[in-house]
Amino acid sequence: MSMNRREFLKIAGISTIAGIGGTALAGGLRKGVLEAAQAAPNTDALTEKRWGIAIDMSKLKSEESIKRVTEACHRIHNVPDFSNTKDEVKWIWTETFEHSFPGQEHKFMAEDMKHKPFLLLCNHCDNPACVRVCPTKATFKRSDGIVMQDMHRCIGCRFCMAACPFGARSFNYKNPRLAKNLQEYMNPEFPTRTIGVVEKCTFCYERLAKGLKPACVEESNGALVFGDLDDPASEIRKILASKHTIRRKPELGTEPNIYYITGGNDYAVVPEIR
Amino acid sequence: MKIYNGGKILLGLIIFGALFASPFYLNMGKVSAKPELKIDTPEIQKLEDKKCVEPKEFMRAEHMQILNSWRDAVVRNGDREQIIISGHKYEKSLQNGCMKCHSNKKDFCDKCHNYMAVKPYCWDCHIAPKEKKS
Amino acid sequence: MLEKALSGSKKYWTWIFILLVFIGIGTVNYLRQFQTGLTITGLSRDVSWGLYIGQFTFLVGVAASGVMLVLPYYLHNFKQFAKITILGEFLAVSAVIMCMLFIFVDMGQPMRVMNILLYPTPNSVMFWDAMVLSGYLALNIIIGWVVLGSDRKGIAPPKWVKPIIYLSIAWAPLIHTVTAFLYAGIPGRHFWLTAIMAARFLASAFSGGPALLIILALIIRKTTKFDPGKEAIQTLGKIVTYFMITNVFFLGLEFFTAFYSNIPGHMHPFKYLFAGLDGHAKLVPLMWTSVILAIASIALLIFPAVRRNESTLAIASAMVFISLWIDKGFGLIIGGFVPNMFEKVTEYWPTMPETLITIGVWAAGFLVLTILYKIAITVREETAGVEIEH
Repeated sequence: MSMNRREFLKIAGISTIAGIGGTALAGGLRKGVLEAAQAAPNTDALTEKRWGIAIDMSKLKSEESIKRVTEACHRIHNVPDFSNTKDEVKWIWTETFEHSFPGQEHKFMAEDMKHKPFLLLCNHCDNPACVRVCPTKATFKRSDGIVMQDMHRCIGCRFCMAACPFGARSFNYKNPRLAKNLQEYMNPEFPTRTIGVVEKCTFCYERLAKGLKPACVEESNGALVFGDLDDPASEIRKILASKHTIRRKPELGTEPNIYYITGGNDYAVVPEIR
Repeated sequence: MKIYNGGKILLGLIIFGALFASPFYLNMGKVSAKPELKIDTPEIQKLEDKKCVEPKEFMRAEHMQILNSWRDAVVRNGDREQIIISGHKYEKSLQNGCMKCHSNKKDFCDKCHNYMAVKPYCWDCHIAPKEKKS
Repeated sequence: MLEKALSGSKKYWTWIFILLVFIGIGTVNYLRQFQTGLTITGLSRDVSWGLYIGQFTFLVGVAASGVMLVLPYYLHNFKQFAKITILGEFLAVSAVIMCMLFIFVDMGQPMRVMNILLYPTPNSVMFWDAMVLSGYLALNIIIGWVVLGSDRKGIAPPKWVKPIIYLSIAWAPLIHTVTAFLYAGIPGRHFWLTAIMAARFLASAFSGGPALLIILALIIRKTTKFDPGKEAIQTLGKIVTYFMITNVFFLGLEFFTAFYSNIPGHMHPFKYLFAGLDGHAKLVPLMWTSVILAIASIALLIFPAVRRNESTLAIASAMVFISLWIDKGFGLIIGGFVPNMFEKVTEYWPTMPETLITIGVWAAGFLVLTILYKIAITVREETAGVEIEH
């Protein structure tokens, strides 16, 4: 039996509709092929219009607590650790204030404020420059606001890395499976990436589908608040309305969706960040 | 009749013939029995109704199209609707769907792919279930 | 006509052999890159484009510059270029082929290159760049081949080729404008975010390309029986002079805006390239070499007497070419990435395999150029003395 992709998709589409309405229709359409097919809509999923995170670094008081957050992400997503800046792959990491918000620091600022660590990740911008430049739609904006990366389609041109103003994207300069940490442990539920593709934070789209919050949020002890920015009643909106928050490079018009709560002096003291 | 450059032409023909026929004599004597795929994994044994998402013949010919459309549905459209066959829910996922039942990649995927001499790049990224070394 | 490339002197075959050796070395290194990944280059998370994309950008300019021979002849009936427009067209062909090869070797997943056509994305400048470059390649192959074929038979080229030639004249600036848009539309890379990027690209293209053509014309006169013509070379010299002055003027404009506005983000890349930033100064000697060569070449070229002497013209042209090669083939790309998005400096320098692959691509381009020029020149030698009318 041969069937081209279009035909298959047509039948697959029809069978999905048929699956909801009963199997009789599908059975009649293609005898013996689709009679048993039924579809269960995913009811657990967290689906919203615009996901965002508000980060309060004052609640992550120690280096360990920050590390727990970044490692939770990197561990479940099989992010390789090559321990060098050249081949480095990272989805969530820390930078000091002066490097997270260049131009915001000033010379009279307390030295330790300048060097406070901030968690950085993909901003899942409303107007992502990376999506605009991608020549194959390998990176695209989903209807729930997530800026996704389709590793199957990415050709590795790295135009998105040039375009992203937040340095959120990493390229697989090496085969990620050669990394020592992945040879020791790989999450069997999640793929690795292949050589020569670009990757980045996906807002844990695979966890959201199961009704779970992103791993970084879960590990953060309330320092990271995840929610729907389009819902005025959400916790994140209340925080944004009541506290002073800043975003990275808002002047570029990409409309980043990661907010940082500033003020207060309760920050972790981290001696040196690479 | 005289053939100009006869020697060169003849040599060229011989080289061409040798290259052209190489697949035949390189594979000569190699037995290539039709692969027998094993579908007796413990996971499949546990199933009440041992049915895949589509009938066997269809899966054999079109599984790559299904995987392609699943990939686009899940990654690109966020559509993770599960497939129910006789009450059993199947995830639209190679790693977390197909391979949960077909946990024997070596005796299932590889056998046929090797026979057909195709090298799918699925496993560059997707992690195969752990198997006992055979 | 291809058979004309198959018979040549010992020198011709030695040259071909040398090119093949470099192509071979490049290929071996590319296969290694294909296996182990772009980690064998000097590229990093922070500087994710380097020598390959720089060469691509520079060569789009060389490709576009073919129009500097085509336009005066077809639009202004400048007869001295009649016999050498073909040199411009064939240079464009080989330059575009090099561009495509450089994009290919830069890709992380080269086997997926067709995805650009399978999933056409009009909002991506890279999609358009692929379109205009392939279009320009097709135009120049068709025009060059048809016109040269007619010249060989001593007949006027078919009428349908004229509109295609006019199209190619409009197309040439287009390819370089679209290439400039790859950079000039990116938020957050201050060095690239400049409205005169396309204008700068065109100015540097129309000086660097003709400078190369002067050198090629002089080599052709020396090694073959075909003389591209003294007057034609002189005119090219004038073109190089005016556009090189324009190019340096444009660069000056960039400096003014960056430093008079005193905006740190705009100044940092210039500081890194020309003075060093936070103790990192790898590119400083190279960038100053470019500046000194640019100024010195203009100082030579503005004197008519210097231009009239073909030896000094050749030297000045070489200076222009090298200066622009450094500025556009290297500094332009790296300046966009340093400092990075966190105002930190990660430096870049090409590795040995990366350099060998680059040389291999150039050799492949020169092989195409040699073969095409060999055909064109053989036709010109055979039809010497025959007036041609296009």
